[in-house]
Amino acid sequence: MESVIQARRLAISYRLHKLLGRLALWFAVLVVISPAVFVFFWMLSLSLKNEIDNIAYPPVFIPNPPTLTNYLKIFRESNYALFSYNSVIVSGTATLIALLVGVPAGYGIAKGKAQGLGMLIMVARITPGLSYLIPLFMLFRFLHISGTLLALMISHLVITIPMVVWVMISFFEDIHPELEEAALTDGCNIWQAFYRVAMPIARPGIAVAAILAFIQSWNNFLFGVVLAGRETRTLPVAVFNAMTFEQLSWGPVAAAALVVTLPSLLLTIFVQRDIVTGLAAGGIKG
Amino acid sequence: MWFIVPAIVVIFAVIVFPWIFTLWMSLNDWQIGMTNSFIGLENFAKLSGDGRFLSTIPRTLYFTVLAVILPVILGLFAAEVFHQRFPLRGLLRGIYIAPMMATPVAIALVFTMMFHPQLGVLNYLLSLFGIPKQLWVYSADTVIPTLALVEVWQWTPLVMLIVLGGLAALPTEPYESAVIDGASQWQMFRYITFPLILPFLMIAVIIRTIDALKSFDIIYVISQGGPGTASETINIFLYLQAFAFLRIGHASAVVIVFFVIILALALTLLYARERLRWNR
Repeated sequence: MESVIQARRLAISYRLHKLLGRLALWFAVLVVISPAVFVFFWMLSLSLKNEIDNIAYPPVFIPNPPTLTNYLKIFRESNYALFSYNSVIVSGTATLIALLVGVPAGYGIAKGKAQGLGMLIMVARITPGLSYLIPLFMLFRFLHISGTLLALMISHLVITIPMVVWVMISFFEDIHPELEEAALTDGCNIWQAFYRVAMPIARPGIAVAAILAFIQSWNNFLFGVVLAGRETRTLPVAVFNAMTFEQLSWGPVAAAALVVTLPSLLLTIFVQRDIVTGLAAGGIKG
Repeated sequence: MWFIVPAIVVIFAVIVFPWIFTLWMSLNDWQIGMTNSFIGLENFAKLSGDGRFLSTIPRTLYFTVLAVILPVILGLFAAEVFHQRFPLRGLLRGIYIAPMMATPVAIALVFTMMFHPQLGVLNYLLSLFGIPKQLWVYSADTVIPTLALVEVWQWTPLVMLIVLGGLAALPTEPYESAVIDGASQWQMFRYITFPLILPFLMIAVIIRTIDALKSFDIIYVISQGGPGTASETINIFLYLQAFAFLRIGHASAVVIVFFVIILALALTLLYARERLRWNR
């Protein structure tokens, strides 16, 4: 009898211990994700409230009732459709060109045929953005293409190419050399080994590289703020201007901020699992 | 390898050409819209006596130290959390890394509204805990830590991911023998996990240092280097020289000094990492 009670007591204490461990873990999870959740929640909250609620103190947390006025306002009063189009064209083209030149380059570096290029890309990673921006700014003036989408797109290659090359190096390095060697002994030349053997295997890597490069280009502010003209502003530049002109009009600014960042966040969900691989290649920021 | 020729051409045009042109401009007295003249190292000589420029260096280092150390500590903790198994882990990890993929300008604008001394939500949240109102970016004393806070918010997930990758690769044998020897959780972390994870932490430190030194968007959008010049880092100073005052010869010299600082710090940390590895 005595031993049965003791066993039961032990079982309860073990279960309690496990439960406490679970609770501690969930508490830690809550602590860890709450800063991210809160800032995004606040962004959404500001964008769905009217101006009176937005500058109320103590702050109104849950929009009641939520309003879409801020979103309608930014699309009606400012040319956000045009700025979105600019962003898509600039980031889309810069990503596409980066894939065309960067995937083969990454292959060359990974196979040890272009180490100098790898070194160069590494130095590019640590160089401050302004060391590209000033010369490119002068070059575009000289070519009379200042303020055009073409100029912006060229400048964004500085962001997208190193990103694509980095990610692709790590993907190509993971491919077993025997595969290509087999292709080469079967009479393929190195281009065929790359195009017919390595490329299909590295396809998921190409998708990750494309998405990461696109996000980095989409998020870029510095190149746009200097190089864009009135009609060629990209979204981050347009949103920044919204803040300067509407000092205390928080709702529209928050709505614009959310519109800008939503595509990056949605794309992130797709590559969430693979981002770690991209990171192994040397860091996310361009 | 003829098919990497296009890559070489494009990389030379958009990456190498700007480097060389920057070097050339730094040796000239050059303002946009005016003729340039070769002056050798005079831009660099002027910089060494420019108090405003010199004061940006310790300020940038202060910001960088905060924006490296805090993410490393918090990221290590978060990685330990996400290394555990729990329901919805994938989704919650996705939410956790969202800040680093978000557009910095958008984030900076939201923080600007949250930092508002009278109407901002952060001062309200602090008041719930009885903490007095802060001036955040409106005071020269708190502007750098406040901006670093935004940087920490955005980039801690990167450290987490790097450490998480390291944790996933750890061998299990040392833990099994430690359990048999009756080691505590803390001892296992201190004597097994931490030394094994250190090389990954060093990678995170190096990447974070490079990026924090170069941080631009958050500082420029939130404080524009103000109040006064209290948050004018090297990169902000550089931007103003180039595109507000259009002194591009001068700015190019700043770029080169800046690059040397980043390179020196990156190489020092790389060296430290090799040493740590060697001792292991």
